[in-house]
Amino acid sequence: MTGQEYAFVVLALVGTVGAVRLVTAKNVVHAALYLVVTLAMVGSIYLVLGAEFVGWVQILIYVGAIVILFLFGLMLTKAPIGRESLDNQQRGLALLVALAVLAGLVFLIQDAFHWGDRKMNLVHNTTGEVGRSIFQHYVLPFEAVSFILLAALIGAVVLARREERE
Amino acid sequence: MGWLDWMLLLARIVLTFFMLLFALVIVIWLERKFIADMQTRPGPLRAGPRGVLITLADGMKLFFKESFVPTLADRPVYLIAPILAVVPAFLAFSVIPWGTHVTLFGREIPFQIADLNIGILWVLAMTSMTVYAVVLAGWSSGSNYPLLGSVRSSAQMISYEVGMGLALISVLMFTGHLKMSEIVAGQGGYYWGFVPRWNFIPQFPAFLLYLIAGLAETNRPPFDLPEAESELVAGFHTEYSGWRFAMLYLGEYLNTITVAAIATTLFLGGWRGPHPSFLPWLWPIAWFALKILVIFYVYVWIRGTMPRIRYDRLMAFGWKLLIPLGLFWVLATGTIVLLPGLYGSRGRLVAVGLIVGIGMLLLLAADVLERPRSRSREGASP
Repeated sequence: MTGQEYAFVVLALVGTVGAVRLVTAKNVVHAALYLVVTLAMVGSIYLVLGAEFVGWVQILIYVGAIVILFLFGLMLTKAPIGRESLDNQQRGLALLVALAVLAGLVFLIQDAFHWGDRKMNLVHNTTGEVGRSIFQHYVLPFEAVSFILLAALIGAVVLARREERE
Repeated sequence: MGWLDWMLLLARIVLTFFMLLFALVIVIWLERKFIADMQTRPGPLRAGPRGVLITLADGMKLFFKESFVPTLADRPVYLIAPILAVVPAFLAFSVIPWGTHVTLFGREIPFQIADLNIGILWVLAMTSMTVYAVVLAGWSSGSNYPLLGSVRSSAQMISYEVGMGLALISVLMFTGHLKMSEIVAGQGGYYWGFVPRWNFIPQFPAFLLYLIAGLAETNRPPFDLPEAESELVAGFHTEYSGWRFAMLYLGEYLNTITVAAIATTLFLGGWRGPHPSFLPWLWPIAWFALKILVIFYVYVWIRGTMPRIRYDRLMAFGWKLLIPLGLFWVLATGTIVLLPGLYGSRGRLVAVGLIVGIGMLLLLAADVLERPRSRSREGASP
């Protein structure tokens, strides 16, 4: 095994433990902190793969902003504690979805790389490459995605305000 | 890399660490002296000449005090929070070039720990981590005042991070680099032969935006709502004592130094400055320190002058003024950078015309949006 593979094994293990603890934790704030561990490990795996830009953006956006927003929401709602209030009793369905996602990802990744036979060629200066591919080749999908996000944002505001008026 | 390179890297890390500690001691003393001067009182006097050792004395005192954990506290989180305040603050500094380089053992050694390709993103990622310290410290204390402080701070810091990011984006578009060393390299030379080509001249709005957002990011007055000692006792660190309190306190000052260092690197030409030819490695460090001190003095000056902003005003200022301004400036910078390349020499004129046009449209839009409507819920939430 190469150093990269050792690093991957360690990161993946820590990330998995974090993910398992995330769903088993009794306290929501602790769960959010386990989520931080998992997301940071995913970012580190991107770094191991040589995707410097994607790795740090992952940490910047997910760890630095999104989980903080979760925490903010939890504090405003007084963070419910205990299994009854946290579990939505849909384990079977969740297991099904998780297995389906796993199968889909395994299929797609082995389809792309043929169990490691096809090697990736590392692109250096990935920041420039990412920028170019987003804003030149994939402008339309990018704009479409941002439009959907905007719609979701406005939708959330509308839903929240309607309750207020009643 | 041979063992010598590793040793040199280690030496650089240790050197930067102790430089930062030294800077902390000086900066905390300076702030107390500056603020005392503005309030016509002597300030710290007893420890050392002119009280310069006051920070050391306070630090010693805090480290020997009992650091207890409140009964209702969430123990593991309560213990992690102060560490989270300090570690990212140190790490953020590791990409900042605080001098040129020296030649030792036939190697060029830069005064910078790591020159990452994505330098600024690293800084942003690390400064966004420091929010955790405040939020978790407040939440885990198991008491109401800290909780209020941390709820305020999470909203405040996230809001102003957006404005800060926009200010940084326009600088990045202007220089075309994410790497810190390249950004400093791009600021060499002079306009008209004597005005240094530092980014804060063409990017003045971004500079202002960055300074204001930085003030809010570091929870300094007038944006010290997370602490607000007159309303919340001491905000998020009310329940902390001993060395854990010292960690939170140091973390805040470290962040202030880092924010000033980034402003220096991105806008004020970093370590650049005219200097005599002897000891060519020393003068850049002195210039760097001087520029940081100037920004720091401005921060203390603002602290001594401005009253704390009311919470809803703070949010309105961030979201309704800073962020639109930042967006507009990103657009303006993009226009200036791109159009001359597309339309030749006339491009610059077109760019200015476009910017003025868009600015007028924005003013109009702001006027329409700001018309008084039914003011049912203004300034809600914490």
